Amino acid sequence: MAMTGVLRPGHLQLRVLDIEKSRKFYRDIIGLVETGMDAQGRVYFKAWDERDHNSIILRQADRAGVDFIGFRVLNKLALDRLEQAVQEHGISTERIPAGDLLETGERVRFELPSGHPFEFYAEKTHIGNGLGMLNPRPWGAAADYGIAPTHFDHCLLYGPNLDATRKLFTEVLGFFLVERVLAPNEPIGGKDVAIWLSCSIKTHDIAFVEHAEPGKLHHVSFRMPSGERIQRAADILGMNKVPVDIGPTRHGITRGQTIYAWDPSGNRFETFTGDYEAYPDYEPITWTFDELGYGLDYSLGKLHETFLTVMT
Amino acid sequence: MTEVDGAHTVMILDTGESCVCKGNESVLHALVRARKRIPTGCRGGGCGVCKVEVVAGSYSKRAMSRAHVSETEEAERRVLACCIYPTADLQLRIIGKLQRAVCRPKQAGA
Ligand code: FES
Ligand SMILES: [Fe+2]
Repeated sequence: MAMTGVLRPGHLQLRVLDIEKSRKFYRDIIGLVETGMDAQGRVYFKAWDERDHNSIILRQADRAGVDFIGFRVLNKLALDRLEQAVQEHGISTERIPAGDLLETGERVRFELPSGHPFEFYAEKTHIGNGLGMLNPRPWGAAADYGIAPTHFDHCLLYGPNLDATRKLFTEVLGFFLVERVLAPNEPIGGKDVAIWLSCSIKTHDIAFVEHAEPGKLHHVSFRMPSGERIQRAADILGMNKVPVDIGPTRHGITRGQTIYAWDPSGNRFETFTGDYEAYPDYEPITWTFDELGYGLDYSLGKLHETFLTVMT
Repeated sequence: MTEVDGAHTVMILDTGESCVCKGNESVLHALVRARKRIPTGCRGGGCGVCKVEVVAGSYSKRAMSRAHVSETEEAERRVLACCIYPTADLQLRIIGKLQRAVCRPKQAGA
């Protein structure tokens, strides 16, 4: 399938309580590549194999959590078309001028039914992955520095109005539903409490859990090249005494191998790999609530209490 | 009187239990190490589940989320256990929200 609309999760701005501490954490422990700092003091990073200038942006704030999530779209025409579709769906949008984020073009911003500021953009400067565009080497030093994920992969967001969020993504923005968790005691096809949505052939580019409080972040996920690299990440977390929530284990949902852990401000992050490939014609997979423990942690079958209660 | 190598005693008034907090570790860290019943989450001052009220004793602190601790609360010593470091023996009460019961299905999805 050619991708002609929304391409991928491109950037996410994270609030941190101590920018210098967080900067060191994301650079030296996660192993992201620092690419800039703007006049507001925001610090920009990319994962080593990403080609655009930035993906994770840190902002010093008095509370943790996520400021906004941005997806890259194919081109300016796709940006205009998506903006119109969102407006026709009854959601108002605003344009944020090019350059507000370093090396990033104009953004179309709106609020999701879950309460999260969400945006599309068509331009971000290509800086490459450091390996060159002509006869490149397969990897370089950055591939081994810290945990060294290859990409910002997805995020899991908590907020209200899950049905409206699914409708927006699947009927307006061109995503498809890959997996879902039913509310307790719901029949198949009944009300969901969690959804995994894709705009690509990944099992998810974004996911949501129904939650009373709007705009909450459950985790930011980083793509790892292999399961062995997840184990290596676990070693690095231990060496640095980083608080770990879950794992290494496998999610039943999406089948991905995972670790959940927390950054110095209490924002949860994930190292992730090994999910299956999903296509838009696939029927969504359903999990019943009583099996959610296996959906979350397939080896223990345990619904860790922090999954539903700890977020920023 | 427990001050050995910068260590202090932390007493949980709710249960009467106490434990030793080493010089450089947070109160939450000490309580978890001693396996005392206290809500534990992100350990970074972001999620708010480890909230306590310090009734007696002094401590130093690091930044904690204003989403969970207002300036007034911080001044009144209602703080996040993962963000405070005793400088004297402490007595505290647990006011955080994470309970065993949170995994009951009816809580899901609120
Ligand atoms: S454990 Fe999250 S704020 Fe202390
Ligand atoms: Fe994830």
